[in-house]
Order: sequence, then C-alpha cells, then structure tokens
Amino acid sequence: MEHEALNAQGDTKIKVRDVNVFYGDVQALVDVSIDIPDRSVTAFIGPSGCGKSTFLRCLNRMNDTIEGARVDGSLKLDGEEINDPRLDPVVLRARVGMVFQKPNPFPKSIFDNVAYGPRIHGLAQTTEELEAIVEDSLLKAGLWDEVADRLDHPGTSLSGGQQQRLVIARAIAVNPEVILMDEPCSALDPIATARIEELIDELRENYTIIIVTHSMQQAARVSQKTAFFHLGELVEFGPTEAIFTNPQDQRTQDYVMGRFG
Amino acid sequence: MTDRAANPPSIRSVVEERLERRYRAETRFRSYGFGAVLLSFLILILLLGSIISQGLPAFTAHELTLEVELEQSLIDPMGDGSETSLRQGSFSRVLQNAMREQFPEVRDRRDLRALFQLYTPLNAPRLMDEVIADPGLIGQRHRFRFPISDEMDLYLKGMLIEERALPGAGLLDIAISGNTAGLSADYAAFSGLVEDIRAVLGEEADGLEASAQGLELQAEIEGGEAAIINRDRAANLRQRVEGLRARMAAEDGIIRLDDSLPSLIVEAGGGAIHLTELSTDGRRASGDIVVALAQLDGDERPGLADWSIQVLMTPADRRRASDEQIIWTRALADRGLVTQGFNGYLFSNADSREPELAGVKGAFLGSVLTMLVTMLLSVPIGVATAIYLEEFARKNTFTDLIEVNINNLAAVPSIIFGLLGLAVFINVFGMPRSSPLLAGVVLSLMTLPTMIIATRAALKAVPPSIRQAALGVGASKTQTVFHHVLPLAAPGILTGSIIGLARALGETAPLLMIGMVAFIADEPSLSPEGFTEPATTMSVQIYLWYDAAERAFESRTAAAIMILLVMMIGFNALAIYLRRKFDRKW
Repeated sequence: MEHEALNAQGDTKIKVRDVNVFYGDVQALVDVSIDIPDRSVTAFIGPSGCGKSTFLRCLNRMNDTIEGARVDGSLKLDGEEINDPRLDPVVLRARVGMVFQKPNPFPKSIFDNVAYGPRIHGLAQTTEELEAIVEDSLLKAGLWDEVADRLDHPGTSLSGGQQQRLVIARAIAVNPEVILMDEPCSALDPIATARIEELIDELRENYTIIIVTHSMQQAARVSQKTAFFHLGELVEFGPTEAIFTNPQDQRTQDYVMGRFG
Repeated sequence: MTDRAANPPSIRSVVEERLERRYRAETRFRSYGFGAVLLSFLILILLLGSIISQGLPAFTAHELTLEVELEQSLIDPMGDGSETSLRQGSFSRVLQNAMREQFPEVRDRRDLRALFQLYTPLNAPRLMDEVIADPGLIGQRHRFRFPISDEMDLYLKGMLIEERALPGAGLLDIAISGNTAGLSADYAAFSGLVEDIRAVLGEEADGLEASAQGLELQAEIEGGEAAIINRDRAANLRQRVEGLRARMAAEDGIIRLDDSLPSLIVEAGGGAIHLTELSTDGRRASGDIVVALAQLDGDERPGLADWSIQVLMTPADRRRASDEQIIWTRALADRGLVTQGFNGYLFSNADSREPELAGVKGAFLGSVLTMLVTMLLSVPIGVATAIYLEEFARKNTFTDLIEVNINNLAAVPSIIFGLLGLAVFINVFGMPRSSPLLAGVVLSLMTLPTMIIATRAALKAVPPSIRQAALGVGASKTQTVFHHVLPLAAPGILTGSIIGLARALGETAPLLMIGMVAFIADEPSLSPEGFTEPATTMSVQIYLWYDAAERAFESRTAAAIMILLVMMIGFNALAIYLRRKFDRKW
C-alpha cells in the first residue's frame, strides 16, 4: 500500500467546492466539496439515488444533455473551471473520458470504435499513426491479443466483458487525463469483472480514475480513496482503508456494514 | 367460511380452479385474432380478385389490319411528298376507302357513317405519321394496323352483349331481291327461334298487364282525379298488351321483328342477313342483306348447307352498337382481319377520349414528375425538421406547440391541402394550375407531418447509450447526430419517407382541387418545362376513367388501378430492401 500513501500526498487533479445540482426543482446534490487526487483510483459508493452518478456526470458536463439540469458551485480541473460556459464541453470530454454502466460500443468495426475519437479530434495525421493509436489503446485495455486478427469485425459482436474493455480502449484512445467509470462492471460476470478491475489497477499509472460502484468489495479492491454519498450529500471521504475499517460517520458505518442500502 | 378460514386452500387448488377459465380466455382471444386476420385476408383476396378480373381484359385489344390504298391525290395534295403536304392530306378518306373496299354493298350515307364508326378517326393521324416517317409508301398499298372501336373490342371479348350461336340445320334456300333476302329451310329450322321470340313477347305482355292491373286497382281505391289519370295509363298499357299479344298470335303467320326484340342474324355463304320476319311455321324467314353473299350472283341459290344463326339476346334499342356494326365486325373477324393481342396502347399512349387509344403513360410520367417534386421537397425538409426538433431544439412551450401542430396536421384531410394549394399557391403565388410542380408542393405539405413523425420515431428509437458514447469521447452534438444517430435511424427514416411518398402517390382529392382533373392528351415532357405544364397523375387518371361514359373505360380503370398497385408494391419493396440493407444491430 505504498501507492496509497504516495497518492494521498499527490497533486489534486480535480478540486470541487460547494457543488449543488438540481433536476428541475429536485436537488440531487447538496454542497459537495472534494479533492480528487491525480493518478489514482477514487471510488464513489452509496445507496441508489444518492447522487454519486450525478456527481460523476458533473465532471465531464454530461448533465448538460439532460433537460432542466442545473449545476452550481465550482469544479476545477487542474485549476480550470469545468462549469464555465466558455469552456467547450467537447474539449473537456476529450480530457475527461467516460465509461458507462452498459457496454456501448458503436455499431461499427472494432477498429472504427477505437479510431473514432482520434479521428474527430484529429490526433493522427496518417493512417499509420491512427493504426498505432488503435493498437496502443487496445494493448492498454488488454484487448489487443483477443481482437488483433479481427479488427474489422463489428464491436457489438464481442462478449460483454470484451465490449467493456473495447469501450475503455475507445476512451483512452484520445489520451484523456481523467477516466470516469459509471458502474463499469455491473453488467459483467465475475471473471470479466476481475479482468476489468485488473485493468483499472494498471491504468492508474497514467490516468486519474473515478469509479462509481455498488460493490463495496470492488471499491476496496481497486480504489485508493473512497467517497461515501448519501441523499445527495458527500458524507465521508478518505483513504479507502479508513472508510471501510474505521468510518467516522455513523451512516458510513451502517452502509459499509451492510445495514442499509 | 370458517372451514375455509381454518383450513385455507392450497395454492395449487386455487390456481387449478381458475386454470381452465384462463386457458379458455386465451383460446378465445387467439381465435378472435386469427379470425380478424382471416377476414382481412379474405377481403383482400376479394378486392384483388375483383380488380384483376375486371382489369385483365384491358391488357388485350383487338386490332384491325387493313390494306389501305395510299393514293397520292388524296394524301399528298402538293404532290411533293413533303411533310407539310402530307399534313394536309386526307388520311381519313384513305381509311374510309379501305373500309368501303371491304363492304362495297354499303352505300347508304347513314350506313356508311355507322361503318366508319368501327374505328376512331384518331387513327388517321397515326396513319399520317407512318407515311411521314416513310414517304416511300405514297402511292402504294400499305397494311395498316389500328385498334378496332372500343365497343367492338368489347363485343369481340364477349363483354358487350349476350349472344347465342345456333348451327343451321338442314338446307337453306336463299332468294334475293335487291337488298332483301327470303330464306326457306327444308324443315322447321326456325321454329326454335319462333318459340323464343314468342316467349319474349309474352313475358313483356304479362309484365305490362300486371302493371295495368296494379294501376286499375289503385284507381279503384283512390278515386277522384288521380284515378282518372291512372285509368288512362292502364288503358294505354292494355292497348300495348293487346298489340304484343297480336304479334305473338301472328294471325297472318308472320312474326315481325324489331329493335325491342333479340336480333337474329343468319350467316351463310360468306354473307350475313339481318332477319326482319319469321314465319310461324318455322320454315321461312326474310331479312335485309347486310353483307353480300359472295357466291350468289344470280337470284337464287338452292340448298345451302353451311349456315348458322347468331342470336343477339340484348335488343338493339338497349345497346349503342347497331346490329349492322356487329355484323360487319363479325365479317371482318371471319375474314381474318381482326387480331387479338397485347394492348400496347395502354402503356405507350397518354389519355384519350377514345378508350381503344387511351393509355396511362401520360399519367405515369405525371406521377413520376410529381413524386420527384414531392420527394425533393418533403424528404430534406421533413428529415431536417425532425432532426432539429428531436436532437437540438430545447423543450419549451414553443416547441411543444410545434409538436402538437405537426401531429394535428398529420390528421388533416388531404382535400384541405388541395384547398390551400388553390388559395395560396395558385391565387397568391400564381403557380401554374394542374402542373406536377404545384401537385408536388401540395403533396409535400400533406406528406411532411407524416414524414416528420416517422423520422422522429426513428431517431427516438436510437438508444441513448450510443449518443452518450459519442459525447463521452468528445464528439460534438452535430457529430454525434450525423456520425452515429442518423446512420442508425436511416432505415426507419427511409421506410417512413417511402411510405409517406407512397401515400402521396395514391392521393387524389387535393389534386382535384388544383385542377388536375383536366383532360390532358399529351404526355408531360421529361424536362424542366414538364414540371410546369399541365399534367395528370395515375390516381387522377383512375378517377377520370372511372367517371368516363364509355364502358371500355371500366376495364381500363381496373387496369390502371393494377398498374398503380404495382407501383405501390414496388415502392414498398424498395422500402423493405433499403431497410434490410441499412439495418445494423446495436
């Protein structure tokens, strides 16, 4: 657990202060403030509807796409305000990638799935460069060996776990700084889950990863820091070990002990 | 009750108790569904069967092939064989001469006019076109093929009248004096006909007598002035009954035939005799010679064995074609000058007043031009509107209002769009009446709501996960829509568009409002001008033909419906093909 100590002292990647989110008249998040460390895995846990996914979606402004959603407060990515209307969400999302609950590859070939991001952002000048990016991303996502000989097959023909890794490869192909994962393993079997968890562990070398999960074991396994959300509030945030072994708040304790949720 | 409460029934017995009822309900529901499908299938078969059985005769036609003498003095008044000269030529005289050649015995002016009605005079310009195309024909005898008149075409197809052919029995003697012929058979060959005619007369007399009795009874009950009138009418009827009975009895031994009775035609020795009198003994008859008997130069030809009687059951006064016209047609067919073949005119000609020359080509081209305008206007506008409303527009009262209005517009009767076209596009913007351009614009307006709704449904069906995936890697809203959403929605959009267009193709009411009912004998040109010239469409053509007086249009209407149906099926097949081709799984 040396990494954890290191990361705990590491730079803050995302600095959040007093964020409130409203869906119409309903307040989904109340005064959330959190510092997310660079190059580590931060897990968000909490019962359903507690606002953890909502908070995750604030970080790449996916809430913009929801009619009637309003985000107040300050979210700073490397000191730059995420919520600034002058900041183009396209630029932000290139820096903050996202992996969703259900694997959602495009109905295109495996190659095109990974190449899509680099293409629209103009990251490769030549076909060779593009191929190199695709290969590198698939390697990083641990999928290369399985699909190298069938890059032209549709992405949707892969198994669920492979699809999720393909989606991760697609996310890292644009070389983001942060990867948001919204319950990435909830639709997968245990073996595929283990594979993804391994991958997350490898990826934190280069990326800041934030993962929303319902599995406390998963949070304990992959994350260095854990935040517990309840009823739209950030109840407790600290090193993962501390949250699970010595929670400060009664609600955190009840949740991790499995008394509600 | 207490038992039950103390000893609650097991879940198994509770379920089993109701099981049978549940299955019965299920079976009932399924049989309703099957019945509904069966019923609609039967109705479809009935509909198609009736259209096809009515329309099929229109796909064949009888044509005359005559040798025409292309006399230079008639067709080439300037004598130089130039087109201008030929255009002043009298080709109808050429055709008339060819007909007279066939029937030299016809001299009376009225008979000649009836003879020339066996074909439409519109064939003269067609003959002229042939000669203009090949001036070498001038002065030659030329075999010219042209359609026989619609009435005679129907007659030859057995659709015009009811008729019976009786073989002549025994030997027939024919005595000719001038235009009339006296027939005598060696035994009572005509007695069957005498019975038939008497039966017809008797039936008519009985019918009239019953009417007379009814009137008399009414008069008795009512009394007063009305009674006087009714008695008068009854007396009149009685008089006619007596007349008929007298003809039946035929005290002088001769039954006289007229136009109210079936026509009897004796065909013998290459000629035809239209009977006017029958002797009651069934041995003798007399009539007018309509087609001269070839072998009879003298006055009498005894013992002709090869003869037959044609009975036209529908009396002459209840049909438009005269006995003579039918006789001539039969003679022409007998001489091998009439051929039945594929009715090419139906496909190669535009509309015509003459059914035998009328075709759907003009209407087909009009439909093509109209659909082109409709497609070019409604597909881009409809798809763009749907994409904007579905993907980009903010949800507010204004867009809600637009949405409600689009949904309501889809339910507006199409004739309203026709009125709009009349009031706005013709009266305000001065667009050319009955043109494919105007029709296309009006039909676009009608199709747009359907197209927008279909496209929006197709866009809605694209799973949000795809949009999120694209946005997640940093695609802009527009990139998301054009790279991912549209390709996935394309099959649905195509299907919606094509079905909308197919509906527009069959639309009639709005086109009537913008003056497309006009009779247009020219096919529209496939050029930019074609869009602004008056034209008609398949649907309107069907409407026009349905309304036409000539009976031959009846089968042509059904044939046009069949052609339109084929177009529709083609459209739908295209929709299915495109949907299959573009369909992708996600």
